[in-house]
Amino acid sequence: MTAASGPASLCVIESWTGAVKKEDVPQDKAAALGGQRKLLYAVDDKGEYTGVASVGWEPEDYATTTAVKEIDRLRDDALARARKGTTAPLEYHMYARRMEPATLSQTTGWPEWRVRRHFRPGVFAKLPARMIARYVDALGLTAEELHGLPPE
Amino acid sequence: MIEFQHRQSAHCETGVVSNLLTHNGLAMSEPMAFGLSSSMTFAYIPMVKMAGMPLIGYRHLPGSVISGVAKRLKMKWDKRTFSSPDDGMKALDAHLESGRAVGMQTSVYWLPYFPPDMRFHFNAHNLVAYGREGDDYLVSDPVFEQPNRCDAASMRKARFAKGAMAAKGMLYYPVDTPSEIDYAEAVPTAIRWNRKTMTKAPIPIVGIRGIRYLGRKISRLGKGAEREKYLPLYLGHIVRMQEEIGTGGAGFRFIYAAFLQESAAKLNNPLLKDAAVKLTDAGDEWRRFALQATKMCRGRMKMDTDVLEGQLNKIADQERDFWKMLVEV
Repeated sequence: MTAASGPASLCVIESWTGAVKKEDVPQDKAAALGGQRKLLYAVDDKGEYTGVASVGWEPEDYATTTAVKEIDRLRDDALARARKGTTAPLEYHMYARRMEPATLSQTTGWPEWRVRRHFRPGVFAKLPARMIARYVDALGLTAEELHGLPPE
Repeated sequence: MIEFQHRQSAHCETGVVSNLLTHNGLAMSEPMAFGLSSSMTFAYIPMVKMAGMPLIGYRHLPGSVISGVAKRLKMKWDKRTFSSPDDGMKALDAHLESGRAVGMQTSVYWLPYFPPDMRFHFNAHNLVAYGREGDDYLVSDPVFEQPNRCDAASMRKARFAKGAMAAKGMLYYPVDTPSEIDYAEAVPTAIRWNRKTMTKAPIPIVGIRGIRYLGRKISRLGKGAEREKYLPLYLGHIVRMQEEIGTGGAGFRFIYAAFLQESAAKLNNPLLKDAAVKLTDAGDEWRRFALQATKMCRGRMKMDTDVLEGQLNKIADQERDFWKMLVEV
């Protein structure tokens, strides 16, 4: 935490009428924000609202990092299975792009069951180029990258 | 080169609207843009999925601030989407060359200047482009402290990402911007509209009833098989929707309270000032709810979904009383 951001965040915490106590504030809360400060609205000691730059709030940071960790876990799991050949590289690349079947389905326009079906290595290997093209576009990869996996 | 005053804001769309109007000669704060557009709400929408979870909204649909402000101020936006990315990029360049700063809708994920952990697939992020230097667009993204740069390839990807709420390269800028605001007329009308959506929504998943519905939903998950794995992720998702997605704290409650306070001063209306205090209390309760839910997820507190439901019901009561105060506005 920088010197400039410290007092600002405490000011936010204190103004929230005991909802957030000082002792709940960890020293490094900026993980998800990557050092960025975001603007929040809080009341000062005269009860007037003002914008305050904050380094983040622990529950929010926790929620974000947990969500990111969960998708990273799914990614690593899919990578391990893809290396064993039990799932297609597509599943790995989907998670690597922070998507899950619901989002990839919305992005490609195909129903979720169909996207999931493409995770089967045999089905994926036989996808025609025009269908691969849609995944290439949705995931921002080349067709070659889509069929490959990162080096071990 | 356009001189564009970058001003950080809590939320992207309110920030872009207030910054663009200010740029075009009508000084406006972020809370005022939010309040005038009557955009505060609560909605639990299981049909729309965000990261595979139900959409929980504390404000109206994307675009409602842009259109809502225009309606209250009797002005217009020139708003355009593109079926071809090439046309969309050409149009952007043409605007910038003619010296016009334009707002646009983008996907967060493809914007390179976002911190890695904040990059997720949300297609309705707003920002202003005000220039181009070589391959880089000069971008005023209001949720950041400073202006940013975005290379052309990323910009194209961000503007034309497909999926839910796809931006289709939307560009917009104000036309016929008025030179002043008739607060005495605009503010009460805006508040009345907002009260309607919060208290008189025809479906039980929107407004104050929606808050209670979310409480029941959490309670039900706590008693089922999803308790161990799904419930913590679900609660985390609620906290993210409430705090992370640029809400200014407590799911826009603090921004709306700031709007009421600013209006109270402009109209010399003590009722609005009192109402702001009342809404701040509800906002504080939202924050307490987020804190408790997080503690329960982390095992620092016993998981008790009845407590969480109780808190949401308390919030619903507070917001009900808050809107009752504003009946006479």
